[in-house]
Amino acid sequence: MEIVLLAFVLVLSIFLGFELIAKVPSTLHTPLMSGANAISGITLVGALIACGSGASHIFTTILGFLAVIFATINVVGGYLVTHRMLKMFKAKKGKE
Amino acid sequence: MGLQLLINFTYLIASVLFIFGLKLLSSPKTAIKGNLISAIGMLIAVLVTLINHEIISYEWIVIGLVIGTLIGIFLARMVAMTKMPEMVALLNGFGGISSLLVGWAAYYLEPQMTSFSSFTIFLTILIGGVTFTGSLVAWGKLSEFMPSKPLQFAGQKTLNVLLLTGTVVLGIISTVFPSSGFLINILLIAASLLLGILLVIPIGGADMPVVISLLNSYSGLAACAAGFVIANNVLIVSGALVGASGIILTSIMCKAMNRSLSHVLFSGFGQTSSMGSEVQGEVKSASAKDAYYVLEAAQSLVVVPGYGLAVAQAQHAVRELASLLEDNGCDVKYAIHPVAGRMPGHMNVLLAEADVPYDQLVEMDDINRTIDTVDVCLVIGANDVVNTAARDDEKSSIYGMPIIDVDKAKNVFVLKRSMASGFAGISNPLFFKENTTMLFGDAKKTLQQIIEEF
Repeated sequence: MEIVLLAFVLVLSIFLGFELIAKVPSTLHTPLMSGANAISGITLVGALIACGSGASHIFTTILGFLAVIFATINVVGGYLVTHRMLKMFKAKKGKE
Repeated sequence: MGLQLLINFTYLIASVLFIFGLKLLSSPKTAIKGNLISAIGMLIAVLVTLINHEIISYEWIVIGLVIGTLIGIFLARMVAMTKMPEMVALLNGFGGISSLLVGWAAYYLEPQMTSFSSFTIFLTILIGGVTFTGSLVAWGKLSEFMPSKPLQFAGQKTLNVLLLTGTVVLGIISTVFPSSGFLINILLIAASLLLGILLVIPIGGADMPVVISLLNSYSGLAACAAGFVIANNVLIVSGALVGASGIILTSIMCKAMNRSLSHVLFSGFGQTSSMGSEVQGEVKSASAKDAYYVLEAAQSLVVVPGYGLAVAQAQHAVRELASLLEDNGCDVKYAIHPVAGRMPGHMNVLLAEADVPYDQLVEMDDINRTIDTVDVCLVIGANDVVNTAARDDEKSSIYGMPIIDVDKAKNVFVLKRSMASGFAGISNPLFFKENTTMLFGDAKKTLQQIIEEF
């Protein structure tokens, strides 16, 4: 049953994603990409669990630790660089 | 139970924040807010994970978070806007490897491995691995550590097919025998890493917008698969959103090049197709001074930037020239082809960096409608996106690709290093047209010379 529920969420999210992204203007495609990229760093949640679970295997902790580092770079770098880019987009002069 | 409920509700809120964040990205006015909201979603998702009772030790987590944050800040601060495609490729790769590691670690976390969880782990490792090495190769090609030309060798297709078959077999084994263990994992990881490399090396630099979009999509799908592994909805929702985003961008890029995705992925540009008809004629070239006289008299100017603008770092010089012309009573617009540059929206970011207001940036279809009334088109470091062979020469390998019809404007100036043909290796009939004048040399220097005339 759990599998079905997860699959439900997956399918509906994909449709939602298509609807949302189709409205993004081409001017913002690069920030969209880096922003979406940062969101894909959500795998950090899994990494945290793997790293902190104190599993009998030290190996698991090491894998989790590395995953935490990479996912954090993805998240922090992604959001910051997106912010940096978006700050540059300005409408016609006079407003700033 | 209560704690678990709280955690899951918080994940729901995080998902909603991601959705709102993406929604606000649909306008430059609200986009900054959108990004912040999305970041807040990420923050609460991470914080609430930390109170999960499955987590009992925090030392390594804290160290990992600190290291990752520092590197992330460093990368985001240091990167130049012209290097944004490389940056996105690299971050993409990190997301991929992270998902792979999570999938791998999950093998040792699950006390009893079912066929389903084993299968999802297989998918996570496969997609994560392909994303990781694929992105690294894309990064190498973009930053020119590697030749950006398509790399092809004999037997490449056979090798790909063999590798893919092998991967599928590994997937079946690990699904049928869920506790098959270490060796299968290692083989699977090796296969997926190799597959990522092999999939991207035959793709040329000009096709990078497609590849980056696709890898972006993969990194989402990898997170999504990892969500199935740990049965976590927030991973599935966000992964699916990113996956969908990447797929949409991929299809936009493919359409803008009039090529199918499989054509981009499986045939190196220019190798399988004919070069089209030879162009005959004479090329006119002029000095910056001549260009100045024409520009000074122009009522309207359309700038068509391409990857060469990024290479020459000429965005500020363009902006300066445009300001001078605007003061002179000239109407200035920028026409952006969807595949100009090395990633979707690359040119828009560069011009935004140089303080060009986004309402001056016009999309291809809109500018083509009025381009015959334009006095001067200034083509800077763009070639294939203004190649009239794509429109007129049925034999050309890029025939059918939509272009910006700069040749219909009254005057066209093309800023270019030399007569060498563009990345696609196709000669450009535009350069031989009556109303086209070439300004040879470094784009930035040429622009500065024109500016000095004012």
